Amino acid sequence: MSILSVGGKRRLINLLTVTFLALLALFSVSAPALADAVGEEYDATIFGNVKVEGEPVGDVRIVVEGGGYKAETVTDEKGRWAVGVPEKGIYEVTLDENTLPDGIAVLEGGATQEVEFGLTDRVAKNFFIGEGERNTTSLFDQLVARLVYGINFGLMLGLASVGVSLVFGTTGLSNFAHGEMVTFGAVMALVFGVWMQLPMWVAIPLSVALSAGLGWSLDAGLWQPLRKRGLAIVQLMIVSIGLSLAMRYIIQFFVGGATEQLPGFDSPKIPLFGAVALSVTDLVSMGLSVLVIVAFAFWLLRTKTGKATRAISDNPDLAAASGIDVDKVIRIVWIMAASLAGLAGVLWAYFRPGIKWDMGTQILLLIFAAVTLGGLGTAFGALLGALVVGILVETSGLFIPADLKYVGALVVLIGVLLFRPQGLLGKKQRVG
Amino acid sequence: MDWGMILNNTLAGFLTPATIAFALAALGLAMHFGFAGLLNFGIAGFMAIGGYGYAISVLTFGFPWWAGMLMGILGSVIFALILGIPTLRLRGDYLAIATIAAAEIARLLFLTTAFTDVTGSADGLFGFNTRPDGSGFQNANPIPPGTYGFGPFTYNEQTLWVLIFGLGVLAVAVWLLWALMRSPWGRVIKGIREDEEAIRSLGKNVFAYKLQALVIGGVFGALGGIVYTAAQNISPGVYVTSFTFFVWTALLLGGAATIFGPVIGAVIFWVIQAFLSNLLPALSLSGVLPVSTTQASTLRFVLVGIGLMLLVIYRPQGIFGDKRELTFVR
Amino acid sequence: MSDNKTPQKSTGLHIGTPAPGCKKKDPILVADNIKKSFGGLTAVDVAHLEIPKNAITALIGPNGAGKTTLFNLLTGFDTADTGEWHLMGNSLAGVPSFKVAKMGQVRTFQLTKALGLLTVMDNMKLGAKDQGGESIFKALLPGTWRKQDNEIGEKAMELLKRFKLDAKKDDFAASLSGGQRKLLEMARALMTDPTLVMLDEPMAGVNPALTQSLLDHVLDLKQQGMTVLFVEHDMHMVRHIADWVVVMAEGQVVAEGPADTVMKEQAVIDAYLGAHQDTDLGVVTGRIDIIDEGGAK
Repeated sequence: MSILSVGGKRRLINLLTVTFLALLALFSVSAPALADAVGEEYDATIFGNVKVEGEPVGDVRIVVEGGGYKAETVTDEKGRWAVGVPEKGIYEVTLDENTLPDGIAVLEGGATQEVEFGLTDRVAKNFFIGEGERNTTSLFDQLVARLVYGINFGLMLGLASVGVSLVFGTTGLSNFAHGEMVTFGAVMALVFGVWMQLPMWVAIPLSVALSAGLGWSLDAGLWQPLRKRGLAIVQLMIVSIGLSLAMRYIIQFFVGGATEQLPGFDSPKIPLFGAVALSVTDLVSMGLSVLVIVAFAFWLLRTKTGKATRAISDNPDLAAASGIDVDKVIRIVWIMAASLAGLAGVLWAYFRPGIKWDMGTQILLLIFAAVTLGGLGTAFGALLGALVVGILVETSGLFIPADLKYVGALVVLIGVLLFRPQGLLGKKQRVG
Repeated sequence: MDWGMILNNTLAGFLTPATIAFALAALGLAMHFGFAGLLNFGIAGFMAIGGYGYAISVLTFGFPWWAGMLMGILGSVIFALILGIPTLRLRGDYLAIATIAAAEIARLLFLTTAFTDVTGSADGLFGFNTRPDGSGFQNANPIPPGTYGFGPFTYNEQTLWVLIFGLGVLAVAVWLLWALMRSPWGRVIKGIREDEEAIRSLGKNVFAYKLQALVIGGVFGALGGIVYTAAQNISPGVYVTSFTFFVWTALLLGGAATIFGPVIGAVIFWVIQAFLSNLLPALSLSGVLPVSTTQASTLRFVLVGIGLMLLVIYRPQGIFGDKRELTFVR
Repeated sequence: MSDNKTPQKSTGLHIGTPAPGCKKKDPILVADNIKKSFGGLTAVDVAHLEIPKNAITALIGPNGAGKTTLFNLLTGFDTADTGEWHLMGNSLAGVPSFKVAKMGQVRTFQLTKALGLLTVMDNMKLGAKDQGGESIFKALLPGTWRKQDNEIGEKAMELLKRFKLDAKKDDFAASLSGGQRKLLEMARALMTDPTLVMLDEPMAGVNPALTQSLLDHVLDLKQQGMTVLFVEHDMHMVRHIADWVVVMAEGQVVAEGPADTVMKEQAVIDAYLGAHQDTDLGVVTGRIDIIDEGGAK
């Protein structure tokens, strides 16, 4: 790669920079930077990454031994480590559990594990670590704990999913921007609770109120005019995708790429029974979810607007012909959907924990999984589906690696489409 | 503000491996949505499988570069079959959700630390284009080392080789799409896009045709991923859902149901992105925009989102399309 | 209107007395025990039905009688709960609709499905069977399908001339009038060389000027050796051209016979063709037991 002129070299670098910046802005995983590499004089390398629930752990001691060679290193602040070895063979890698944070241990395979080189010069050894006692808790206790966490997650997911089902039922639109309405609620809580330092019991209702306002503006400013214009369903779907993109990056514009936290996110977990440990925030979150869901169910079943909503979902022409003001009801549906999504966003910010500009995208697929599982268009189906998805996501962590826990829910989604596309509570219409 | 540099980088965006890869992805989506009416929101997944299939075949199994690329294509065919068989009988929005889910599953599987030995997880894979045993893609490069081209279109021999290869693949793909759509097979596909039941009543196996369209479009997407990967390393962070949405924007911009529309739309989209990614930070640096440079970079994606909305509301047929032929517009 | 020939009705199609489920001398379609319910409501419950070959059969009945449902079941566009039916000896139960079409049974739709975004000629060419060019691999080699495509084009032109659509062959089907689209759909169906043509309310939405032309075309089908089964409300068409009439009510076949005799059955006239709104149909089908002879109408 011989560059003849300074200008040419600069242009090439610029070209590469353009491409690289394009990629960098598309994902938030920062470029790898190996630090604390030992044995750099050797060609072969054993490397790894120490993470707990996706968060890197630094200063963890790693020892590599084999073939008369021994070396050790510590992980950097990104959790990375690398040890050069003289030849490609079999080595023993030990993770010093004493250097892990309290309550974290190697969950599987033991603290010392073997690694063998393949065809390449680099081989990875990662340890499956997470929260757990050094001595194993019974599987049953772990299962119960996961079940409880799953219900917590499922309730919050339900709040977010109900809105999608309602909007689909009344307007036929699959709203791909719903995830951003969830993020919006969390971000508003950040603005009021952290940036403006208001107490959370003021910040949260304010966030929900603003989310309601967002729902109102979206229907008044975008969806109703487009409906009047007579846009087809597929066009509306693509509009929602464009909206999702725009909202996502507007949020990143204001909040940046890092993860922010709400006050009280790290309140201590109180051991309750078995292996279940919940913090006060968790308990309040679950209680609030249940309360809001019950209130919502009352609204849907007992009030006039709620019944009108179900009528429109069932048969919009008949509903309009019997004197229901369809536009007004749809406006109310959007306000409700956005408020519930905003509240779910706040609760999820405590659960993850953390607020990030793309957290809505993460959850959008889970919402769709919940809604499809329960039955597109039925509100109670969305709640049921959300509980199932929540429990599935949490309990699957016992059997598959933690960073794959969402895959389980997505596989279930495709499975539902295969065997029972109308979902658990949906009507069996001609789906194809 | 260095307008010279901004202009230079913008023009360079016309012809880069990424531009060609994007054009191939848009062609794949044109087959899926433009011609067959399939709502595929997972085209990034096909690209990822093409690219990873190639890289993993070379690194873990020691295949020569061309065999690795064939494996990438084979992987996308299997992916299309697994995706299509359960979902093609369903309504449009179900297929949309299923394709997003499938692409996310693929990305998560490439990202997980559980398969790090093979996929490199978050770090991705590298070092597969030039192999010590001479079986790599760049090893087969017949161009002598040097710099070629002029002005903004200056490349070294490695990038030039990728460009020539990529353009060749693109030409074949364009020809394939054109040849298929003017044949009786294409006639059936266009009929299916408009009214499946009518086509069924004439004795055609609609499901088989849709599956074939899904496979072909998927292969184009995989080729896009392969060309992209042949230029550098591969990392899972590229193949996110946002990327699929960018391909959709490029497709609609050019004209969803045309042959050259997707290619031209992809080029225009990429050039605009190059322009904005140079202009906006420069505006912020020079104080015209009162925001930081990172914020300025984010702005261009906001513009893509808004652009997509305006496009589909006011000109869904794009630049070259014919509104009378569109089935997804009322 | 000068082509107003009196159609030659086929007679002697049945064996025994004309009654629901009676056997035919030469049946093309034989159906047994077909049932379909929608959530508790029985839409179709046909014990036995035979459709005579090379004749024109009408399927009539009031709204909600189950005619269209039975039609969709027989053509494979809906799945029956139970039942068996055979087309020229080949079982059709559970066979998907496209395979049914391949076996020689083609259908049209009440709401015309002319593909508006394609040209008239493309619509016609789509109808032809066994096209080599429709296979994805052969499609890439024009040498393998060009000749066949041209032959199909010639056949299409003949049909288009018959239906007087030949001048429009390169126009988009969307630019045709409603009546012309109906003709196009019928012409396109004939491209499949069917043995049994199933017409779903062919006169629906057709202006009177076109009615005679359509009737003549349907009669032509019989002339050329095809069998026709059509669902209709238009009694003029039924009386004019049907060789055999099947009457349905509340999902069951309640009367069968040649057009003139079936029409004369008092109960049929009253309940389905006349205007006695105060009579519950259940009285005629036997669903409601008539307790008081004098009180029943």
